[in-house]
Amino acid sequence: MVVMEKEEIPHPAPPLKLQKPPEPEPRQPDMISVEDVDFSYSAHQVLYDVNLEIPSRAVTAFIGPSGCGKTTLLRCFNRMNDLIDGARITSGSIELDGYNINAPDVDVVDLRRRVGMVFQKSNPVPRSIYENVAYGLRVLGATKKSAINEAVEKSLRAAALWDEVKDRLDSSAYGLSGGQQQRLCIARALAVEPEVVLMDEPCSALDPIATAKVEELIYQLRENFTIVIVTHNMQQAGRCSNYTAFFYLGRLIEFGSTSKIFSNPSERKTEDYITGRFG
Amino acid sequence: MSKSRRARNRIAQTTAFWLFRFATYAILAAATYIFLDIGIKGSRTLFNTQGPFINVPFFTQGPQTLFVFEYEGKKYTLSDREFRAWKAQHPVEVEATSVAYSAGGVWPCIVGTGLLVVGSMIFALAVGICSAIYLNEYSQNTRSIRLIRIAILNLAGVPSIVFGLFGFGLFVIFFHWNVSLLAGWFTLGLMILPAIITGSEESLRAVPNGLREGSLALGATKWQTIRKNVLPYAIPGILTSSILGIGRVAGETAPIMFTAAYALRDEMPWQVQHWTDFVFQGVMALPYHIYVVSSKIPQNEYTERMQYGAACILLLLVFAIALASIVLRERTRRRLSW
Ligand SMILES: Nc1ncnc2c1ncn2[C@@H]1O[C@H](COP(=O)(O)OP(=O)(O)OP(=O)(O)O)[C@@H](O)[C@H]1O
Ligand SMILES: [Mg+2]
Repeated sequence: MVVMEKEEIPHPAPPLKLQKPPEPEPRQPDMISVEDVDFSYSAHQVLYDVNLEIPSRAVTAFIGPSGCGKTTLLRCFNRMNDLIDGARITSGSIELDGYNINAPDVDVVDLRRRVGMVFQKSNPVPRSIYENVAYGLRVLGATKKSAINEAVEKSLRAAALWDEVKDRLDSSAYGLSGGQQQRLCIARALAVEPEVVLMDEPCSALDPIATAKVEELIYQLRENFTIVIVTHNMQQAGRCSNYTAFFYLGRLIEFGSTSKIFSNPSERKTEDYITGRFG
Repeated sequence: MSKSRRARNRIAQTTAFWLFRFATYAILAAATYIFLDIGIKGSRTLFNTQGPFINVPFFTQGPQTLFVFEYEGKKYTLSDREFRAWKAQHPVEVEATSVAYSAGGVWPCIVGTGLLVVGSMIFALAVGICSAIYLNEYSQNTRSIRLIRIAILNLAGVPSIVFGLFGFGLFVIFFHWNVSLLAGWFTLGLMILPAIITGSEESLRAVPNGLREGSLALGATKWQTIRKNVLPYAIPGILTSSILGIGRVAGETAPIMFTAAYALRDEMPWQVQHWTDFVFQGVMALPYHIYVVSSKIPQNEYTERMQYGAACILLLLVFAIALASIVLRERTRRRLSW
């Protein structure tokens, strides 16, 4: 039974050939739990008292107007914000699988291996397609040629890119189209077998066909990974996520199953945003 | 009123235009004059009108004293070696004028300058790249880091003679290295270090941040990220910025005149008794040689040959090294471009 009435939402992308799961799906155990998090860039507070439980093996979408802190929260999950001078969580905690990721004894490198990330702007390195995917394996210490070959093929297949690039693995990744590059970045993230994959507007630079491919991919990946995706595209959130979190001005306004958020939101702001009345 | 103002504006406009134009062309004129003067006069020394066309002894021999004399109505200009051979054949007394350094060639100077450039560039690039990586990739913008940056900036403005005196005091006297290659390497290296650091930092900054984040997000350590995803793409830029450094190292006289350069040395650098002596020997060097032959010996019509020949070779050498690093840079850039 499909609760969400797809017909009400105009489709920019071609319809997807995937079945919606029976809903409501049994909720999986929580993978990431965010508790009372405040976050500041130097003196500029960006997140206020965010509480959120992200279930494992499901797709969670972050939506909200520009500048509301979606990227910031996402980058907290793999501590990418450590790279920014003065950026820090001022109070609250984030737990991954029950462990506080900001505890002093946490190995950031290990954390980032478990929590992969796909960036809004695809960022392959200027080397061959093969090397792009193999890079993550190599930094983890893989040296056996056959094992790397196998993993590269597996992740390229998982990212639905294998058939398009299997004859040109040794040519530069910069010769790929934007959509292919983004899927290459997804393949690269999958190659190191993370538990969580964070995606920051992975389709913002893609055409509808490439978007459809990536969405289909995200939806399939849900079976093995915990996925958090930031998107400005309401249809996209509707199509490929199980849960949706709506942020506004640094606060989490509403979090729930996607079908509920889109069909019957409990907050007025959520409804306004989803129906396009503001934002 | 408005008409006269328009006229005045036009005059100001034209004046400014011609002033700027003149300044630009004046540079061109000066450069042309310098290169033509040294090129033409130098090639008289470097090339012959007959034979192999290249003045081979000038490239293969050390400086020698020139002997000028007349014998049976003919005028002879012979180098030290040739003069002794001539005297063996003609057992007569001749009145010969001797002109120091004006015969023979500059081979030991070329070798010495080459050694100085290679050693000091290796030192400067190693230290410079390391500190650029530290400053750009690791350090936070704290007060002490800002202080270090100011220090580097100021170091770039220190006159080269001060570096020479510093090297003399520290390496030659205090470390007892005497006048040696080692002292010269460190003195020259320190002199261009600020330029290398600044240039390397700029090249590192030019590497898109996305490459760093992409690598870190895959679970690479900071050092793995720098080594595999940042440094390779910064190397072409670092090479470009070090070209200027090479020119300075090859051409500066002041830093080496107390620390590494001999006015005259008969042995070549590889003619040392024990290989450990290699770095503790002084060498002849082109810029110092030019300085010596143009200001330390009495000038006459025979001295110009050596002066212009040496100057021309120095220019060619700097061009050659610059060209080599440009080729190297283009190679790496083609292999790894984004
Ligand atoms: N590096 C930074 N330094 C300082 N302030 C920042 C930085 N990055 C983001 N901010 C600020 O934090 C706030 C939230 O930014 P964030 O990128 O998380 O928004 P977002 O929800 O992802 O927006 P968008 O949908 O446009 O990507 C913004 O006000 C932004 O100006
Ligand atoms: Mg964002």
